[in-house]
Amino acid sequence: MTADTARRRDASGERSTWRIIWIIARREVRDTIRDWRIVMPIVILTLIFPWLMTWTANLALDFVQKRNATLIGERMIPFLLLIVGFFPISFSLVIALETFVGEKERRSIEPLLSMPITDLELYLGKMLSATAPPLLGSLLGITVYLIGLHRSVGYLPSAELLAQILVLTIVEALVMVSGAVVVSSQTTSVRAANLLASFIIVPMALLIQAESVVMFWGNIAGLWLIALGLLVVMVILIRMGVRTFNREEILGREIDELNLRRTGQLLVYFFTHPPASGLQRPALGRRTWDPRRLLAWLGRVYRFDLPYLLRHNGLALGAVALTIGAAFVLGWLMVPRFPLPADAFKLQDLTREDFQALGEITFLPSLTTGGIFVHNVRTLLLAGLSSIVSLGVLPVLMLMAAITLVGFFSGQVALLGYSPLLFLSAFVLPHGLFEIPAALIATAFALRLGASLTAPREGLTVGESVLSATADFAKIFVFLVAPLLLVAAFVEATITPQIVVRAFGG
Amino acid sequence: MAEVTVRTEKLTKRFPCSTAGPERGCIPLDAEKGGGQAVAWFTAVDRVSLGVRAGEILALLGPNGAGKTTTVRMLASILKPSAGRAWVAGFDTVQEARQVRHSVGLLTEFPGLYLRMRAEDYLTFFGQLQGLSEAEIQRRSNALLERFGLLQARHQRLAEYSKGMRQKLALIRAMLHDPPVLLLDEPTSALDPHSAKQVRDAILDLRRGRRTVLICTHNLSEAELLADRIAIIRRGRIVALDTPANMKARLLGPPLLEVRLARTIDGRFQPSDLEDLVEIESAGDSWFRYHTTSPETINPALLARLTGMGIQVLTLSQVPQSLEAVYLRTVGGEDGE
Repeated sequence: MTADTARRRDASGERSTWRIIWIIARREVRDTIRDWRIVMPIVILTLIFPWLMTWTANLALDFVQKRNATLIGERMIPFLLLIVGFFPISFSLVIALETFVGEKERRSIEPLLSMPITDLELYLGKMLSATAPPLLGSLLGITVYLIGLHRSVGYLPSAELLAQILVLTIVEALVMVSGAVVVSSQTTSVRAANLLASFIIVPMALLIQAESVVMFWGNIAGLWLIALGLLVVMVILIRMGVRTFNREEILGREIDELNLRRTGQLLVYFFTHPPASGLQRPALGRRTWDPRRLLAWLGRVYRFDLPYLLRHNGLALGAVALTIGAAFVLGWLMVPRFPLPADAFKLQDLTREDFQALGEITFLPSLTTGGIFVHNVRTLLLAGLSSIVSLGVLPVLMLMAAITLVGFFSGQVALLGYSPLLFLSAFVLPHGLFEIPAALIATAFALRLGASLTAPREGLTVGESVLSATADFAKIFVFLVAPLLLVAAFVEATITPQIVVRAFGG
Repeated sequence: MAEVTVRTEKLTKRFPCSTAGPERGCIPLDAEKGGGQAVAWFTAVDRVSLGVRAGEILALLGPNGAGKTTTVRMLASILKPSAGRAWVAGFDTVQEARQVRHSVGLLTEFPGLYLRMRAEDYLTFFGQLQGLSEAEIQRRSNALLERFGLLQARHQRLAEYSKGMRQKLALIRAMLHDPPVLLLDEPTSALDPHSAKQVRDAILDLRRGRRTVLICTHNLSEAELLADRIAIIRRGRIVALDTPANMKARLLGPPLLEVRLARTIDGRFQPSDLEDLVEIESAGDSWFRYHTTSPETINPALLARLTGMGIQVLTLSQVPQSLEAVYLRTVGGEDGE
C-alpha cells in the first residue's frame, strides 16, 4: 500500500473523535466489569448499602423524634444521601489508577499508542471508562436510597438539594479520576500510584467532612460554593492530565522511585546556577568554600539572577499586584456592611506605650525588629509551602486577606472622619515601602511555584520543574525578600510608631 | 529503483536523566567533580540516517539499550524526535502522525495483550481503531488467525494463551490493517521452532508483497536469514549498515578458504611453501586455511601446485563466516545493560 492509499483510507475511514473515545471506553468498561474485585464492591455499595442507609435513617429519625430533636434527623437524611452517592464513586479512583498505570505496567499501552488516535482521544476514552461505571453505580445507589426513604417515611428531597448532590457526586468522581491521571503520570507501577493516591484520598475525605458540616449547618448555598471550588480543581487537574498524559511522558519514563539525594542535588544545582541555565549549562565545578568565589557568585546573583527572575516573572508579579489592588478595594467596600463603633478608633489618643502593649496580644508578634521579621518570614515561607498543595492559590489568598484588612481599616478611618491618606502614610507606608514589595514578590514566586506543577518548564519534567521553581523562590527569598523584610521590620518597630504618634497622637 | 518507504535523517532522541537511571549514560550531579558537565540528558538515538525500500527487510542489531526500540517508536510516531526527521510511507512522523500510524504495523517488544479479552474481540478492537469495517476485520483476522494456527483458539480468553500464542496474536494485530510498513521488535522471541518458522515465512511473504519490514532482533542467524540489509546500532548510532555479505567481507576480510588433504602434512610439504601464492591463516595436521581476494585465479593455481607436489586434495571449500563474528567485532563485545 502506498502513501496515497493510506491517505485515501484515512480520508474514507474518517472516524469522529467521539467514535474513537467510545471504542476505547467500551473496551475498558468491558474489561472493568469482568474484574469481580471491582464489580462486587460496586454492586454491594449500589444495592445493599443504600438499604442499610435507609434503615439507619429510619432508626435515627425514630430516635431523634422521640427526643424532639427532629432537626438532626432532617439534616442527616441529605448527608446520608451524599454518602450513598460518594461510596461507589470512590471506586473511580481505583479504576482510574488501574486503567492508566495498570496498562503502563502490563505494557499493553504501547500497542494502543501506536494506533491512529490522539493523546486526547485516548485520555478522554480512559477517563470516561473510569468514571462511568462507578458513577452509574452511585446514581443507582442514590435512587435505591431515595425510593427506600420515600416508601418508609415519605421523604422527598427538594429539587435543589437533589441537583446539588448529583453535581457534587459527578464533579467529585471527575476530580478523583483526573487526579488519578496526574498521579499516574508520575509513576510506572500501580503500587507506586496507590501510594501517591493518598494525595487524592485524604483531601477528598476532608472534603466530605466539610460537606457534612455544611449540611448539618443547613447552609445549602454553601454546597454550591463547594461544587464550584471542586469544578475549578477539576478543570486544573484535567488540564494537568491532558498535558501529562501523552506518549512522550508515558513511554519516556522508566523510573519513578523517590531519590532524595538526587532531589537535593538538583535543588542545590538550580539554586547555585543562573536561572536560565536549565540543566545543560556548566556544572557546579569544584565545591570549595573559597570566599572570593562566594563573593563572585553573590555578585552574579545580584547582577544577573535576581534581575532576570524579576524580568521573566512579570506576569505573576502583575497578577499579584492586581489582586493586591482588588483586595484593598474589597476591604474598603466591606466597611458599610461591617461598620465599627465610633469609639473603636481614637487615633488622637495613641501613644508609644500603646504600640508596646501590642506585643502582649498573644497572636500578634512582639513589636520588635526581630519579632516582626520572624513573623513575616514565617508567614511568607508558609505561603510558599502552601503553594505546592494548593497549586498557587493559597499564598495569593493569604496576601489578599492581609491587604483586605488594610483596605477595611482605611475605609473605617475614613468613615470616622480621619484622612485615609494620612492613615496609610503613617501606619502603612513607612515600612510598607519595603514590606509590600517583599510580600508581592514572595507571593508571585510562590504562585509560580504552584503553577510549575500544572505547567512545567519547557524541557523539564514536572518534578524538575517544581525543584527549579522552588530554587527560584528560595533565591528570591534569601537575597531579596528577606533583606527587604528586615528593613521593613526595623522601620515598623522603630520609625512607624513615631510617625503615627506624630501624625495622630496627642 | 524501488520507492524508499522508511527514511530517517539524523534522527535523534534524548531523554531527561530524571526519567532514566545512570546506566543510560546519565552522569549524576555528584559525579561532576573537577568542573565537568552536568549531563542531564541521555541520547538514546544519535543522528541515525537510513532508508529502507519497499519490499526490503532491514534488521536492526545491537546490544540492549542501544536505541533500537526508541528508533522504532519514533518511526511509529509514538515518540517525537529531539532532532532530525523521519518519513514513513511518505508521511512525516511528526507532522502526519495519524497517517504514519495508519501505515505502520507495530509488534512491540512485549505482546502487551488484554488478557481478559478473547482473541476475536481483541482484534476487532484494534481493527476498529485502525478504521477498518466490521467485514474487513472479520475477513483479515480470520485469514491471519488461520495462517498462524490460532483460528480454533479465537474464542478463548487471552489469559489462556501460551507465550508463543500471545506473540503470534500480537503479530496478527500488527498485520491486521495490512500496513505498507511493519516494525517488528523481536518477532520470534518466545516462539517454538515451528512457530518461529511460521513467523519467518510470514515475514518473507510480506517482502514478496512489497511490504517494508524493519526487524529488531538479537537472533543473528535469523537476521542473516531474513534481512536484505543489516544495521548495527551501538549507543544510539548506526555503526554498520550493509548487506550481510558485504558486511562480512568488509569487517572480516576476504573470504576464508579451507583445503583438506588426503593425508597428514609431512616433511614433503609445509603450508608455508604456498606463501608466495596465499597468506596462510591457520593450519592443522591435514588442513590449512587461507584468505584470498581473487579465488578464481588463486584457487586453480594453488590446486595445480599441490597436485604437482603429489599432494592429494580432498576438498577445497569456503569457510562460513558468521554474522556473530561481525556483530561482536562491531559492538566490541558490549552487551547487556
